Amino acid sequence: MNAALTGYNFGYLDEATKRMIRRALLKAVCIPGHQVPFGAREMPLPYGWGTGGIQVTASVLGPDDVLKVIDQGADDTTNAVSIRRFFNRVAGVATTESTAEATIIQTRHRIPETPLSEGQILVYQVPMPEPLFRLEPRVAESTRLHAMAEYGLMQVKLYEDIARQGEVATSYNHPVMVNHRYLMSPSPIPAFDNPKMHMNAGLQLFGAGREKRIYAVPPYTDVRSLDFEDHPFKPVRAPHACAICGSEESYLDEVITDDQGGRMHVCSDTDYCASRPPV
Amino acid sequence: MTPGFDNPVLGAQSSFRAMLHALSHPGRIIRLADLPAAPAPLAPAAGAAALAMCDADTLLWHDAGEQAAAWLRFHTGAPWGAPREARFAIATGAPPPLAGFCLGSDEAPQDGATLLLQVAGLEAAAGWLLTGPGIQHETALCVTGLPPGFVAERAALGALFPRGLDIILCADALIAALPRTTSIRERA
Ligand SMILES: [Zn+2]
Repeated sequence: MNAALTGYNFGYLDEATKRMIRRALLKAVCIPGHQVPFGAREMPLPYGWGTGGIQVTASVLGPDDVLKVIDQGADDTTNAVSIRRFFNRVAGVATTESTAEATIIQTRHRIPETPLSEGQILVYQVPMPEPLFRLEPRVAESTRLHAMAEYGLMQVKLYEDIARQGEVATSYNHPVMVNHRYLMSPSPIPAFDNPKMHMNAGLQLFGAGREKRIYAVPPYTDVRSLDFEDHPFKPVRAPHACAICGSEESYLDEVITDDQGGRMHVCSDTDYCASRPPV
Repeated sequence: MTPGFDNPVLGAQSSFRAMLHALSHPGRIIRLADLPAAPAPLAPAAGAAALAMCDADTLLWHDAGEQAAAWLRFHTGAPWGAPREARFAIATGAPPPLAGFCLGSDEAPQDGATLLLQVAGLEAAAGWLLTGPGIQHETALCVTGLPPGFVAERAALGALFPRGLDIILCADALIAALPRTTSIRERA
C-alpha cells in the first residue's frame, strides 16, 4: 500500500472535514432531495473547478474505488483530466474512463448513457443548488418554502415559459420533484438526462461548494421533472445520428468541423461512443 | 483502554461507506469490515459507526455504561448529550421513547438524530417487508431482540416527515438501516 493510502490526509481533506461532510451525506440520503448545509472548508481551487463535487468525492473515496471523471460527458477535457490526476495523486486510487468499471463517477453537466448499476455512486458538481433561487433569492425564504413544500411559484414560472415559448423552455437544469416531496435542481444537465435520475440503481450525490450544500437521490427513488398536464415534459435531443457511432439514442454535441460552416453531431458521452462500433 | 480502528483513517472510511450503502438500501444487511475492540455491551458495528461519525461537534447519547463511555470519549471526543439533543445515539438495551430523540425541524430536518440500535440478530428473511426510497420492490428483514411495539412507535413518527429519526440496527458486525423514509409492514 503506498503512502497516499495510509497517510493522514488520504483523499486530500483532513479527517474532521471528511466526518462533517460524511454526516451531511448520510442525512442527505435519509431525506431525498433536501439540501443539507455543511461547513465547507475553503479549498485552494477556484469554484468553477467543482469544489463541491471534489469535497464529496474526497469524503467518499476509499482505496478500493475506481474513479471516473467526466466534464460535459467527456473524460478527456482539461478539467476532467486534472481532477482525475488530482485524486490519483492525493489518494492513489485507480482511475478509468469506463462507466461500467467505475465505482465512483464525478460529473459536471451529464449523466452517462450507460445505465448505472447498484453500488455505483454518481457525484455531481453543482454550481447553484437552489432550484428556487431565480424566484426567491433570500435563502431564509427559500428554506421556508422547501419546509412547507410550497412550490407554486416554480410552477407559475414554468407555466409562463410555456405560454411565452410554446414548450418547457428550461432545456438545462430543469427542476425535478424527488420522492413526491422536495423540489430539486438536477444541476445543469440537459433535460434529456432528467429521466435517468428516476429509479436509478446507483446512488446520486450532489455537492455545491460555494453554497455549501449537499443533497442526494438514493437508488430506486421517484424523480419527476416538473411539468403540466397540457404540456408534458419532453426530454429534447438533436434529431440526428452520431456521426461516429451512429447512435440515435444518445445525447449529441454539435461540433464545428471547418471554417466553411461545416458541422456534425457526435455523442457527448465519449466512453459510450468509443464502446460502439464506428459507422 | 481497548484500541479503536487498526487504521483510523481507513477504518472510518470503510465504516462510513458501509453506513452510506446501508442507508441507500434500507433493510439490506451489510457486514462491516473494520471493527474496533469496542468494550461490552457495545456491539462492534455500533462502535465502528460511532468512531467513524462522531467527534467533538456531535453530542452523543448512549446507555452502554462507564467503560464504554470512557472508550467512546477517548476515541471520538464526543460530548455526552441527552436523547433530545444528541445527534448520535447508541441504545444497547431497550431505547428511550423514539419521539423523545431529536427529530430536527421542518426547515432543518437533517438535525434529526441517527440512532444506532443494537439488536440480537439480523436476517434477510420473512418478518418485515420494507418499502420506500432505496428499495426497488420490497426488502425482507427479520430482526430479533427488538422491544415490543417498536414498529408502531416508529411508524407514528412517519407523519412528521421531513422531521424524523434515522435508525441503524446493529448486531455484532452487521448493520441494516431504517432511514425515516422507510415503511415497515409486519407479516402476519
Ligand atoms: Zn457516438
